[in-house]
Amino acid sequence: MTTAAPVPVPGTAPAPARVPAWAAVLRTEARLFSREPGSLFWILLFPTLLMTILGLIPSFREASDDIGGRRVIDLYVPVAVLLAVIMAGLQAMPPVLAGYRERGILRRMSTTPVRPSVLLSAQLALHGVAALASAVLALAVGRVAFGVALPGQPAGYVLAMVLTTASALALGATVCAVSRNQKVATAVGSVIFFPSMFTSGVWLPVQTMPGTLQRIVEFTPLSAASQALDRAAAGSWPAWTDLGVTGLWAVLLTAAAVRWFRWE
Amino acid sequence: MEIVQVNGLRKAYRGRPVVDGVSFGVEEGEIFGILGPNGAGKTTTVECVEGLRTADSGTVRVAGLDPVADHEKVTRLLGAQLQESELQPKLTVREALELYSSFYERPADWRPLAERLGLVPKLGDRFAKLSGGQKQRLFIALALIGNPRVVVLDELTAGLDPRARRDTWQLIEEVRDSGVTVLLVTHFMEEAQRLCDRIAVIDKGRVAALDTPAGLIGRSAASTVISFTPSGPLDERELAALPQAASVATTDGRIVVHGTDETVTAAISLLARLGITARQLRVFETSLDDAFLDLTEERL
Repeated sequence: MTTAAPVPVPGTAPAPARVPAWAAVLRTEARLFSREPGSLFWILLFPTLLMTILGLIPSFREASDDIGGRRVIDLYVPVAVLLAVIMAGLQAMPPVLAGYRERGILRRMSTTPVRPSVLLSAQLALHGVAALASAVLALAVGRVAFGVALPGQPAGYVLAMVLTTASALALGATVCAVSRNQKVATAVGSVIFFPSMFTSGVWLPVQTMPGTLQRIVEFTPLSAASQALDRAAAGSWPAWTDLGVTGLWAVLLTAAAVRWFRWE
Repeated sequence: MEIVQVNGLRKAYRGRPVVDGVSFGVEEGEIFGILGPNGAGKTTTVECVEGLRTADSGTVRVAGLDPVADHEKVTRLLGAQLQESELQPKLTVREALELYSSFYERPADWRPLAERLGLVPKLGDRFAKLSGGQKQRLFIALALIGNPRVVVLDELTAGLDPRARRDTWQLIEEVRDSGVTVLLVTHFMEEAQRLCDRIAVIDKGRVAALDTPAGLIGRSAASTVISFTPSGPLDERELAALPQAASVATTDGRIVVHGTDETVTAAISLLARLGITARQLRVFETSLDDAFLDLTEERL
């Protein structure tokens, strides 16, 4: 520490080019996000990487009668898309939000004119964008490398994708809201992660599940989402019930997260 | 003018009163200390001042504003350094300063602030890599970046080495000299004695005393200590019988008497009468430590 310069006198700030606080928060969080190679890998690269590895198996690129004349790789593009969304919402985001709470970062922000909810919103937005970017990458690689058709109903697909991402992020936010600390948030996130993979048909197409199970699974957030995405990919407009269930989950989970979120 | 006013503040957690009728006023431009043992309710009190907690009853005003109802306005006037509150681990010092500047309409320029706080060589370093002292200096910078009229510093020097602590004290005095009122929470006696213009001693959720450091020490029944090694045998009871002597103790042949100035005079004449020389005679004021122990009873 030097002793020469006095502490600045109030009101001596030069007039800087003012950036709105939310934009500054978003920019800063984007930089921090870019410093998390783990999150970047699991959200952005892993789904496409997994799909590519499977696509390199010759028999997966051949039409199979077991799955209605489609190729295994055709089924794995939508799997990669859902995996990206689930990774972002349930694996990557909850520990970040819980960590911000646990380290008192939200409390520190509460003492400034900017609400800590701005910080949480920035994190939701960044994870959402990362999930969507990863989905685009999976679709592009699927198209270019393996000749998997792009979604036949693009507008319906985009709508379904946005709702899917919203409900996955809302689910992650709810996990964080009800978890006492970062460790719990990570654990709960993982516990929900695997059933989510199941209900969204990542392991077993929902259509092939037994009747009762299928009806239960259809009301879980990511199952309806996966149905909507499937329909849009196949070229028709997604069923309004599927879009509705996904949207409703997003709204309910967001409300739950807001209602039960512990700020400290 | 009182910039912070706290009146009859009460706050209970799960039915257990933590703050139980605390009142004090902080004058603009002073360093006001809140001193007390751990769990006395110090942090809860200042969290109500910061608007982070809602009082069960009583009123809190910062420049006439309610920190909860007028939270946003109060955050523009009051900077806070919180206990156990960190930053994003991978955020650099520069990014933290820029980010927090953007939160205020008329922020202080962070460059001279960083220079004064010795943070310039650390601007590119991530928060997680900073030492305890560097983190604290960054927190002070963030508390000052909005050009506040009041800063609340909660256990600022906890965990710092003695040198970093002294540097921080000097810094706090400079902050006050620049016209900012300082509300300092501490359980560290030397810190309160050195820095504060006035101190509220809080114990069990109540204000046990509110005075200047000298005033608090003077309140103590035995504020003067005389110690010496007698050249010959001396009966402790004769010393204990001296006017206003509060206690007499002998350790390894050295006698320590707690009392007042009057006790000192009487002790010296007693020794002269007995023909005993007081070797290595020392007379000193008790520290705030003793006054504090008196005020907070058997808490520690």
